Amino acid sequence: MLYDVLIVGAGCTGVMTARLLSAKNVRVAVAEAASDVATGATAANSAIVHAGYDAKPGTLKAKLNVRGNKLMKRLSAQLGVECKPVGSHVIGFGDADLPMLEELYRRGIANGVEGLEIIGADRLRAMEPNVSPEATHSLWAPSAAITCPYGITIAAADNAVTNGVDFYLNFKVSGCAYEDGVYAVTDGKKAIRAKYVVNCAGVHSAEVASILGERDFPIEITPRRGEYFILDKVCGNLANSTLFVCPSDRGKGILVSPTVDGNLIVGPNAYAIGDADDRSTTAEGLAEITAGARRIMPNVPMNMAITSFAGVRSTPNQYDFYLKRSEQLPGVIHAVGVESPGFASSPATAEYLAGLLEEAGLVLEDKKDYIPTRRKDGNHVQFNRLSPGEKAERAKADPAYGKIVCRCETVTEGDLLDMLSAPIPAVTVDMMKKRLRAGMGRCQGGFCSPRVAALIAEKTGCGLDRVTKHGGGSWLVTAREEEE
Amino acid sequence: MTTRELTCVVCPAGCRMTVTLDDGGTVLEVEGNTCARGKNYAVSEITHPVRTLTSTVPMKTAAGKKMLPVRTDKPIPKEKLFEAMEILHGVKAQAPVKTGEVLIADFIEPGTNLIACRDEI
Amino acid sequence: MDLNEKKLIVIGGGPAGLAAAVAAVRRGLDPSSILVLERDSEPGGILNQCIHAGFGLHRFGEELTGPEYSGRYIQMAREAGIPILCDAMALELTSDRRVTFVSPETGYVMVQAEAVVLAMGCRERTRGALGIPGTRPAGVYTAGCAQRYVNIEGYMPGHRVVILGSGDIGLIMARRMTLEGAKVLAVCEIMPYSGGLARNIVQCLDDFGIPLKLSHTVVKIHGRDRVEGVTIAAVDEANGRKPIPGTEEFIECDTLLLSVGLIPENELTRGAGIGISRATNGADVNQYRETSAPGIYACGNVLHVHDLVDFVSEEADIAGTAAAERILGQSGAVVKSLPVSTGFGVRYTVPERIDLTAEPEEVRIFFRVSDVYKKVQFFVETAEGEVLAKRAKSAAAPGEMESLTVPAEKLAGLLDKDCGGIRVYLRETGGQSK
Repeated sequence: MLYDVLIVGAGCTGVMTARLLSAKNVRVAVAEAASDVATGATAANSAIVHAGYDAKPGTLKAKLNVRGNKLMKRLSAQLGVECKPVGSHVIGFGDADLPMLEELYRRGIANGVEGLEIIGADRLRAMEPNVSPEATHSLWAPSAAITCPYGITIAAADNAVTNGVDFYLNFKVSGCAYEDGVYAVTDGKKAIRAKYVVNCAGVHSAEVASILGERDFPIEITPRRGEYFILDKVCGNLANSTLFVCPSDRGKGILVSPTVDGNLIVGPNAYAIGDADDRSTTAEGLAEITAGARRIMPNVPMNMAITSFAGVRSTPNQYDFYLKRSEQLPGVIHAVGVESPGFASSPATAEYLAGLLEEAGLVLEDKKDYIPTRRKDGNHVQFNRLSPGEKAERAKADPAYGKIVCRCETVTEGDLLDMLSAPIPAVTVDMMKKRLRAGMGRCQGGFCSPRVAALIAEKTGCGLDRVTKHGGGSWLVTAREEEE
Repeated sequence: MTTRELTCVVCPAGCRMTVTLDDGGTVLEVEGNTCARGKNYAVSEITHPVRTLTSTVPMKTAAGKKMLPVRTDKPIPKEKLFEAMEILHGVKAQAPVKTGEVLIADFIEPGTNLIACRDEI
Repeated sequence: MDLNEKKLIVIGGGPAGLAAAVAAVRRGLDPSSILVLERDSEPGGILNQCIHAGFGLHRFGEELTGPEYSGRYIQMAREAGIPILCDAMALELTSDRRVTFVSPETGYVMVQAEAVVLAMGCRERTRGALGIPGTRPAGVYTAGCAQRYVNIEGYMPGHRVVILGSGDIGLIMARRMTLEGAKVLAVCEIMPYSGGLARNIVQCLDDFGIPLKLSHTVVKIHGRDRVEGVTIAAVDEANGRKPIPGTEEFIECDTLLLSVGLIPENELTRGAGIGISRATNGADVNQYRETSAPGIYACGNVLHVHDLVDFVSEEADIAGTAAAERILGQSGAVVKSLPVSTGFGVRYTVPERIDLTAEPEEVRIFFRVSDVYKKVQFFVETAEGEVLAKRAKSAAAPGEMESLTVPAEKLAGLLDKDCGGIRVYLRETGGQSK
């Protein structure tokens, strides 16, 4: 198989690009080192569709964020993924913060962000009763939204597969050869051949650039880790919108925000780390986040935390995203240094990258039989999102939907079976978790994970000892002695 | 004469007992127990400690494979627990079984049986 | 099954729910008017995976394994003709006793009951609730989850194991994993004493030479795909049990089991607006185990975490009997309600209030102490200082549930007196014997 385009990296940027190209008359492959799409920074970020006031006017970040915000809302509706336009506040503490809020306001206006206002303490408190009494102002951005970043990325990937894109998971790019206008990109075992290559490899994108053959590549990536807490759903209504503090040179700072699933998220901090794959949390970091969250919301009940995690952003040695055609390698496009607002921008970044492919000579024409939904027969709605009447109907039609497997998040066996036959089949415990929230609730999979694993084993016809948490060496159990 | 401190494992109360032994290792006195079973346990624990073994063995049922909980119907010598586990690793049960049904007679010790701990049709 | 006939819905088919349903039938309720909802594919609850012995000494006068104990109640329920609906999950409860549930057999339905018994049990505290830093690999399990893998699924969740928390399930799993050939390297307990029963320390740890590290905790988890080790450290008792720098020790292992507490599973209860006790995380109840919502009762681990299933069944008897009496119109009218509060050394009581009828019956008050004590005396006293019950004990620890019974005549005596409530406390009698 010769592909027109190979995308390296199945984070939000790569997947959104694959999805966009799947509407065109080109053959597209995506290579991903992990066992699932959306596992890197896409899986571990603040889950905000930023409004776009933060980036300096005239930059790609500014343009793509503002357009991405609009496109993301449209896409979420199209793919049946929740996206709530809850808005955001950048909170000022005293007059000293006012110049920064005004600067962000000016940037926002220049960037084309709609509805921006600087509001006083009374209005802020009326909107956010739990905010700190020390808060004096806020920059209110009604167009900011919350969604599930990996949820929409997975949905977009399914949509791409439905339209003919091939995903190569567990494919860690390690080599590349170029001959007669064709790149053969390999993981050491197999090769994927394509005329164009788009490098969307996130924290590893500079590394991938050099594997592809770039010499003296101008961009260096500093992995920067951010840690988060997720609080129980009983805390989800403590904030009505996303609450930021004024940004610093280390990023947007620690925020408190509701999530689309009804939890409260707090974080992140930002520290440069040596190892791009080190997603561990630290005692110090978690203490720092607690302190940061309390500054915004003094009574935030951190004892209601149900989990903590860390994500690694790919911070480049320049202010802006590096989205460019290679000067050395014909047909290679780089999307490197895509840090925040990389997720919010991603549908617009996809458009931009498609434009670069066209500039490089790829002809893109609309496909006639394009399917705009996740599957051929539409977007399957999970049981727990149905109305009572629909639930009754669904459980009656298929008894598997009457059997709850994850009791914290009300995930049924029918939902799990549906994901096993999704365009990208969910065959690990974490894949099920990210698609259905099975195991993401307050018991954190203590009850359902053995059942989810057993169902995967049964339906894929392997033993439980072959099922993994997230691929690779993440085995769950081994056979007992007598059966080894 | 020596004394030994023991925690009774007979029931959840977990009485702390003091056992006095003569130089030959014979139990002279048990203190701290609140029932006769505690005293018996103390003597047994000093002279020849025993434990009830519980485990599971694979079982074939009409619906497929399932694990069957099993136990010894009497305590067995503590030092033979791992030997007993070795034997269990080769045991497979076949449904139907009834709670209390003997799966292996004279298991580890003559007169001790391995029994099923649940009904399975 | 005609759901319109159902008068008593029991949510949960474990030892609590089954015992409550059996008690209701014994009290005279028609079994066909009862429905037990069980979320698993068979009744019995968590006891089905608790294959160790130690259950039933109080109830049945013999030492049974978990499956044997639950088997007896399943048998009793079957003989009584009580319908048990398996794979059935209650999704919503209202304070006026409407239960919405779903199951493959019935689909998604709503039933209006005259009485509801909550018997949903509890769940385990997780790593997330503790906030243990580090990576998020496979191989971090709650002890109960690992127990399911071993005893129900028949697989080994790991081979080199560290256990955090010395609750009973953790101790039981230390032995179980050892017998199955795993190496349990250490059990770390952040408190200076174990939360498990003394006999489990002996027969699960001491028997196998497994070290119990008191005042220690896990401070970091290592490994990307699978656990590769944990860092443990001693904690400072005087400084909020924070890890002491310099005491860190790396233990190479592939599995971390957590036995760090149980939380009554009261999401349905909260959803119905029922009052919850901060001390137990279960509903506030009177001596009949009736919650703040009339006709809704709670028993077993959903009410407060028990250490013995025998007490669960006893509590369920009370709740099931009271639910039946309500449906049969035989409940006595409450003439006086007395709050039960805690005094020195007592963390919580169940019940939290005593509702006196014209002819009170004796009430057994269960409670837990808040620390480890030697030689104590327990008291139940009125706010006015009248001792209603007392008992001496040589040792008391939070891991063991205590109880005192207030005789009927003492309660009857309170009917014509001014009484501001009842208090349960302990006095240390130490060396100065009393």
